Amino acid sequence: MEFLVASAVGVLTAVGVYLCLRGRTFPVVLGLSFLSYAVNVFLFATGRLVVGRPPIIDPAAPGYTDPLPQALVLTAIVISFGMTALVVVLALRAFLEAGSDHVDGREPGAEGRR
Amino acid sequence: MNLALIALLPFLGAVLPPLLIRSGRNVCALATGAVTALALALLLVQAPAVFRGEVVRASFPWLPQAGLEASFFLDGFGFFFAFLILAIGLLIVTYARFYLSREDPMGRFYAFLLLFQGAMVGIVLSDNVLLLVIFWELTSLSSFLLIGYWRHLPEGRQGARMALVVTGAGGLALLAGLLLLAQVAGSYELTTILTRAEAVKGSELYLPILLLVLAGAFTKSAQFPFHFWLPHAMAAPTPVSAYLHSATMVKAGLFLMGRLWPVLSGTEAWFLIVAGTGLLTMLIAAWIAIFKDDLKALLAFSTVSHLGLVTMLLGLGTGTAALAAVFHVLNHASFKAALFMTAGIVDHEAHTRDARRLGGLLHLMPITGTLAILASLSMAGIPPLNGFLSKELMLEEALHTEWGGTGRLFPILAVLAATCSVAYSFRYVTHVFLGPVRDDYPHRPHDPPAGMWLPVALLVAAVVLIGILAEPVAGPLVRLAAEAVTAGAAPEATLKLWHGVTPALVASGVALFAGLVLLAAFGPIVRLREALWRPEAKRMFEATVEAVATGARAVSEAIHDERLQRMVAWTLAAILAVGLVTGWGGIGTGERPGLPVAPLGLLLWAGAIAAALAVALFHHQRLLALIVTSVVGLIVSLTFVWFSAPDLALTQLSVEIVTTVLLLLALNYLPRESPRESTPARRGRDVAIAAVAGLGVTGLLWAILTSDFAIPTISTYHLAESKPGGGGTNVVNVILVDFRGYDTLGEIIVLGIAALAIFAVLDSTFRGTAVQRLRTWSHEPEAADRHPMMLVVATRIMLPLALMVGIYIFFRGHNQPGGGFIAGLVVGVALIVQYMASGWAWARARTRIDYHALIGFGVFVATATGVGSWLFDRPFLTSNYGYFHVPLLGEVELATAMLFDLGVFSTVVGVVMLVLANMARVAARAEPQTGVPTAMDSVPEPRLADERITTTAPVPVPERTRQEA
Repeated sequence: MEFLVASAVGVLTAVGVYLCLRGRTFPVVLGLSFLSYAVNVFLFATGRLVVGRPPIIDPAAPGYTDPLPQALVLTAIVISFGMTALVVVLALRAFLEAGSDHVDGREPGAEGRR
Repeated sequence: MNLALIALLPFLGAVLPPLLIRSGRNVCALATGAVTALALALLLVQAPAVFRGEVVRASFPWLPQAGLEASFFLDGFGFFFAFLILAIGLLIVTYARFYLSREDPMGRFYAFLLLFQGAMVGIVLSDNVLLLVIFWELTSLSSFLLIGYWRHLPEGRQGARMALVVTGAGGLALLAGLLLLAQVAGSYELTTILTRAEAVKGSELYLPILLLVLAGAFTKSAQFPFHFWLPHAMAAPTPVSAYLHSATMVKAGLFLMGRLWPVLSGTEAWFLIVAGTGLLTMLIAAWIAIFKDDLKALLAFSTVSHLGLVTMLLGLGTGTAALAAVFHVLNHASFKAALFMTAGIVDHEAHTRDARRLGGLLHLMPITGTLAILASLSMAGIPPLNGFLSKELMLEEALHTEWGGTGRLFPILAVLAATCSVAYSFRYVTHVFLGPVRDDYPHRPHDPPAGMWLPVALLVAAVVLIGILAEPVAGPLVRLAAEAVTAGAAPEATLKLWHGVTPALVASGVALFAGLVLLAAFGPIVRLREALWRPEAKRMFEATVEAVATGARAVSEAIHDERLQRMVAWTLAAILAVGLVTGWGGIGTGERPGLPVAPLGLLLWAGAIAAALAVALFHHQRLLALIVTSVVGLIVSLTFVWFSAPDLALTQLSVEIVTTVLLLLALNYLPRESPRESTPARRGRDVAIAAVAGLGVTGLLWAILTSDFAIPTISTYHLAESKPGGGGTNVVNVILVDFRGYDTLGEIIVLGIAALAIFAVLDSTFRGTAVQRLRTWSHEPEAADRHPMMLVVATRIMLPLALMVGIYIFFRGHNQPGGGFIAGLVVGVALIVQYMASGWAWARARTRIDYHALIGFGVFVATATGVGSWLFDRPFLTSNYGYFHVPLLGEVELATAMLFDLGVFSTVVGVVMLVLANMARVAARAEPQTGVPTAMDSVPEPRLADERITTTAPVPVPERTRQEA
């Protein structure tokens, strides 16, 4: 399973990076989402992969997985929502102001370069 | 305590002048003077102890981990300098009161002056070398502010900037030098460092330390080749020039060399560099000073020359030379401050300080003239004034010095410098005050009010008294300081006027005669000099600064060229390059046994890969890409379930819903498709970067997952203490609200700030260009019915159930998967569904919650819970819990952590709702039918006065094509 997780995180990262390099704001937002997935799973996985041992204290439990990365990733997921929301709102506003959703704030080749 | 107060008093007093200026200029000046006088009195209280040879110390811990202590000490040398700074400061404050005109903001001037005074006293009293550097930089800053005091003058601004660049850069070098010195000596305290001379001189770091410390000292004391900033600093008001740029601040470099004399001097390198630089500066600056027509420029170069003289004496490394250096610091401070003030008086009265337009002023302003002539004669080294005494000592030392096998060159150059000094001193006398009275002054001068000439008179009195009665007046103080400099190696010399006919006296006579001859031939020499090429320091400095700025701009424009894609590509490539170089060796397969591949796991893996690649391939179709992206989010959520992280799975699931709804709302007003505009080359480049990033992450994660923990994980503690210490069995939740509650508090604050920022961005959408675009926005409806009846009914029935689930998840969170974050998201989703199903206006009219207040409440509750621990004398955010019997519910455990979690919950609900509700509001804005009730609402929609929603259909506009954008 380790290889599956490692390679899947790699693919998520690659897709995130590729989308972040696109010229329009919406793919970039999606790219950031992909990077968030990749980073969150990566951080979570640093606690190593353990099946069936959730960190809920129970006298009958055979053992527990590492709870600390989970706690860190839990807040990271919520914070990445905040970040995605801010970026998409900025993208929307920029589009409404400039009439272009290109990441440079103007259409390629358009006048207005300083 | 008293010691620290001497340095702190001016800082504290600096608030007084700006406050008191409303009570008039006299009150303002009196307050400044009182602060200075009080500091001086505190210093003099220590005098008996210092003269008994004691070292007074005071120390307070500040950042002991960094070696930084607020420690002060007062010995003879520090006392000598502090006395000069505060005594001359008092005279300058008096003088400035009459010098500044009504239009000048006097409060600001005195505030800056006091800041400088505190910093300067701080330098000379510091025991800790880091503290010394802090004060050192503060003098550079206050000097910057004072040079640029007349903000409207470009010379002032340029001069201020130049001084800051040169002395600030020197200060950084000094910091590096002192850090090395402290490391070699094994202490940050000067009193300890000064006893470690052998260790320092024997260290292989000696030369770097010496060069760095000297870079600081030479820039501050304007030694060649850093001398050029001082003349440009003369754009400052004259009291500043007299105080900072002649009597005190520029002597900080000399102070530093004197302070570190015991540990740094006496080596070949010290002698060659310090004595050589001093002599060169003394000669070059004295030569230039002769030809300066601006009186302040003449005095500025003369100051540079005299600073060179003292530097040279310190460089000689003998006890007698050190004594002469200290003595000359005193003498120079007295006559040069007096001369600057007379130059200021001339400027003030005659409205010019150009020597070519002056002359004969002795008849018009006899008091000023007499004082200026006496001070000038002292500067020229004429007996029986104090300048003569120290110059004799200097020549005596120079006459038997040989510099690096150059024979008699050193004494000859010293005598030449003395000659130039005579020439410019007499020029100041003859070209300004002597000669016939002219009738073309810009303003007919006369003596100023006593407040302006009295400080000068006091200084000139000192010049004469020290000259005639050197031993009784200045002897003890100078010897005290010299002994502190040399660590007791100063000779028991007495200061006296007549030593007999010594070689130094002969040399003095030669210099006087030659200087007068030079001045007699002034005209031809000026013409000769005009014909020759001279380096222009200011132009060279500005060209250097310009070249550096151009270079920096070229580099940043190559990377940062307003095209985001290129910038991101560069950044990513740089990160990857660093990662590959540093992480290459660490990637490999470890020893940890892996988990067997489960068929369902393989399926999920294949699903995630396929979905991700599909998004990369079809991202042009945005709606499709968004939906497939959320599939990836769901698979991530399932991954969390699989690998024992139920809390994460719940969080991921609810965040996924909220995010998708948000992106859908946004997509409503963005183009539905991205144009295909990337060239194949760019796509190839991006694929390459992405592939390297992906492979790198895979390799890294593989290496981590196949190895065991390198060191025992701290989670063992969390698992063991969760129930007994935190009162909960859900360890993840206990970590969030208890063990690492401080992190969580920070995170909900960040989240709240993000929500407010989003609100600000969206709220102002209703003004300006954006609202025009929104109004004219039109697209074919996605569905015939905006608010389908089934959806509306279902969501309204669901709402109470969903809220119940949310509250249930909240309460069980401490022991079972759940908690404030997840409950907040669930409740947020439950509410947002109402907005989606029934429309913004409908939902808004029925919500009485102010989401801003909800966020504030959440952060407040969480913080208050933390503060509550203080009441029980426990650290911030210490949690407590107990079991209570509640009717109906039975035994219930209540922890303060629960209260904290309530704060988290409220913040999350507030954030989700603030963001989505405002997004929906934008959507409502663009809906022409807004306000039309849905079929099942019998009550009419409330009128939304504040929104000014147009109920009339918008002006039809040609539908914009999506690719147009």
